[in-house]
Amino acid sequence: MIEITTPFTTQQADALRAGDSVLFTGTLYTARDAAHARLCQALAEGRPLPFDPTDAVIYYVGPTPPRPGKVIGSAGPTTSYRMDAYSPALLDRGLRGMVGKGLRGEAVVEAMRRNHAVYFGAVGGTGALIGRAIRSAEVIAYEDLGTEAIRRLTVEKLPLTVVIDTQGNNLYEIGPRRYLETARAETAR
Amino acid sequence: MKELSAAQITAAVRELCIEANYRLPADVTDCLRACHAAERWPVAKEILGNILDNISVAAEGDYPLCQDTGLACVFIRLGQDVHITGDLASAVDEGVRQGYRDGYLRASAVADPLRRVNTGDNTPALLTVTLTSGDACEITVAPKGFGSENMGALKMLRPSDGRDGVKNFVLETVKAAGPNPCPPIVVGVGVGGSFDKVALCAKQALLRPLGQHHPDPFWAEMEQELLEEINALGIGPQGFGGRTTALSVAIETMPTHITALPVAVNINCHVSRHARRVL
Repeated sequence: MIEITTPFTTQQADALRAGDSVLFTGTLYTARDAAHARLCQALAEGRPLPFDPTDAVIYYVGPTPPRPGKVIGSAGPTTSYRMDAYSPALLDRGLRGMVGKGLRGEAVVEAMRRNHAVYFGAVGGTGALIGRAIRSAEVIAYEDLGTEAIRRLTVEKLPLTVVIDTQGNNLYEIGPRRYLETARAETAR
Repeated sequence: MKELSAAQITAAVRELCIEANYRLPADVTDCLRACHAAERWPVAKEILGNILDNISVAAEGDYPLCQDTGLACVFIRLGQDVHITGDLASAVDEGVRQGYRDGYLRASAVADPLRRVNTGDNTPALLTVTLTSGDACEITVAPKGFGSENMGALKMLRPSDGRDGVKNFVLETVKAAGPNPCPPIVVGVGVGGSFDKVALCAKQALLRPLGQHHPDPFWAEMEQELLEEINALGIGPQGFGGRTTALSVAIETMPTHITALPVAVNINCHVSRHARRVL
């Protein structure tokens, strides 16, 4: 198991390959649809962002409200393709990683290659497990968006899978292909 | 004539919203356990293990099963001999409001599809009422996550497209969805009716207990074939490869027009939530 800590540098990113399992420790910034629209609006207008994207990792999540005594509620990944329109602009400003689930568009993959960035998958539909593993959560921007506000999360050894690496290798293509090849070879035997 | 108060409806909906979001029905959990035992691809087996762990953690009551606690799809089968004191739709919305607040569930509803301001309390419910005979009021709350909902599709096929046309449309839809709807998925299919009714058929197919087939052997056989063909695609849990792409395929059908062959595919994720109560 590969251990990753933030800041998530290009050196760490380039060493990862699609299919690697990693344990992620450090800071994640939450942002999904509405927060991405605001981040890119700020970039377009030349205003500062609420966090420095350089070597940062964004987690696509809209958590449930925390119960008393808990730092956060359920917090699994949301589907990433809805952020595709916004991701290249953030990647070009140094964003090093994204955590979500599901397919990404060609423009995002191209921006990842150009900027040495990694797309990680968290297991969709396991928000209770992930929520329980989050150590701290603090709203840092766009509080009016509720669940879609930007939060700074601290996580310790959060299990993630490298889905698309800095060379553009994609586990969503490689994984099913390898499975089918193995299954066919077994049938033929 | 049986009397039910709006307050009774509200209390039931409130409790069902919370129950559905923390505890999966036994048929879904059993099916996931069986798939976990049968899955031989290591990554797939590991993910199915995570999913089973998640179910246990959620059942302890601190964290909902999924952060997308859904739009509240509420189905009421209302006996025509029941009289409700007060307004039914408002009573249901109040139940959703209280359930999502008291259960620490996420408010995921926007009031307008383009202006997109969150309503703050997850109302309104998506309410479907069917009048039946008798004096029972059966309420089903099925919180629906939209990562999977967004992967649905509807097509008005030609009658000449036939059985293969229906099957191909289902397979194409599942294939295009790939990892997005959080496989392993549950596939609800509607065939027949009209543009609107076929979509409702597909959604209601998702309420059927997993492993229970269509009563007509003709359709039951197609469900079985589709499940096998979907699980031969290799997508696997989370799209990382493996056998377990779908847990179940359920088809609901309706008579239709002589010109028509409507088909709708409504996808649910493995967190296939629903809770039911009869008043």
